[in-house]
Amino acid sequence: MAEGKGDLKLLGLWATPFVMRVRMVLEQKGLKYENLEQDLSNKSELLLKHNPIYKKVPVLIHGGSAICESLVILQYIDENWSKTGPPLLPSTPYERAIARFWTAYIDDKLLASLKGILMAATEEAMTEKIADTYAALETLEGAFKKCSAGKGFFGGDSIGYLDIILGSLTVWIRVLENISGAKLLDETKVPLLVEWEKRFLTADYVKKVLPTVERLEEYGRARRANIG
Amino acid sequence: MAETAKLLGTKGSPYSHRAEVALRLKEANFEFLHEDLAHKSDMLLRYNPIHKKIPVLVHGEKSIVESLIVVEYVDEAFDGYAILPSDPYERAMARFWARYIDEKVIPAFWMSCWTDGEMQKGFIAQAKETLTTLEGQLKGKKFFGGDSIGFVDLAAGMVAFWFGILQEVAGINLLNEEDYPVLCRWADDYCSIEPVKESLLDRKLLVAHFASKKEKIFATKAPVYD
Repeated sequence: MAEGKGDLKLLGLWATPFVMRVRMVLEQKGLKYENLEQDLSNKSELLLKHNPIYKKVPVLIHGGSAICESLVILQYIDENWSKTGPPLLPSTPYERAIARFWTAYIDDKLLASLKGILMAATEEAMTEKIADTYAALETLEGAFKKCSAGKGFFGGDSIGYLDIILGSLTVWIRVLENISGAKLLDETKVPLLVEWEKRFLTADYVKKVLPTVERLEEYGRARRANIG
Repeated sequence: MAETAKLLGTKGSPYSHRAEVALRLKEANFEFLHEDLAHKSDMLLRYNPIHKKIPVLVHGEKSIVESLIVVEYVDEAFDGYAILPSDPYERAMARFWARYIDEKVIPAFWMSCWTDGEMQKGFIAQAKETLTTLEGQLKGKKFFGGDSIGFVDLAAGMVAFWFGILQEVAGINLLNEEDYPVLCRWADDYCSIEPVKESLLDRKLLVAHFASKKEKIFATKAPVYD
């Protein structure tokens, strides 16, 4: 099933959204791959060889050639297997630019505020990061309204690039709600996103890849416990 | 579409430069609207309400922002010159190295210019490493894009033209022919390409601009590109 150069290996870590998004797309496209969980506290030869610059996951190895950085990988999968499964990115240049813009926004603003909640050492810091998260989600609510144009997903009728990007953060958002006590995906503030999330979570490949809240919360709390 | 595009930008900005060169490579019909970043226009605020930054490409009724997103859009929406390669793996490599430039090369160099003491030493060490890595990508090729300039060359435009100016104003000597002969040769070749030349401000003007803003940049570490 590998188009072109050979078999697929994914160097990943179950808990990171950057890996979740790649796995969801591989599953969505129905591509066979070997999932190699990495221990980032003791980096493997394979990881250091194939991602010498960043030494991070995910790394997709296709027949020996490595592709690093989740967004680069997602677009590679979409373009290399363009005839397999549904297209990931939208079909027009403008819609693709919009999807890329909101992806950058999610990866800069939303991720930063979520990470901030996870790592908040004081009540004050936590409150600030919760406020930042609300602001980012409200902005994304507006983005959803425009991108979906009345349909169920950012990508329209079916799950697309932006759905996968935001979708890869959904379990973490639940975990951080439990940790912070704040309802982040609040139906009174972001009703469209709340409904979108329900639809997103019904897809088989999403259910297969996303970890349970319980497992991720244990992981998240352990990380919090390690803060200075 | 045959409609004239509008590019909101400044000649002093390397990010605006990326978008401008992309449009010139495509021989697109476009109008350059110079933004005064100290007094942002209604047009800028309307078309980029989230970040309020340049460049902004207005094409028809649509606006596209973020320099590399603009470049990819221009590549896809306009016929002619191929900015990104056609092979998916080569495209992935181009995107990877463009991100590397934005995330590692530029920040390390920028901070090397505008810090001092131990902090500066740390940034200089980082900058040297990133420049070496970047130079490594040129081995055997005239440009990052191969025989002609491409996505990574545009992303690296700041390295080709602005780095020399910034280090002169800052009084450091990081990017030089002795340490980076291949990268410096590439910089000269890149700046000689017609569409690139047309978009670059006179070097003396840019030196004077950064020199006049030196203290402010040193204090805030924030760029001032207009």
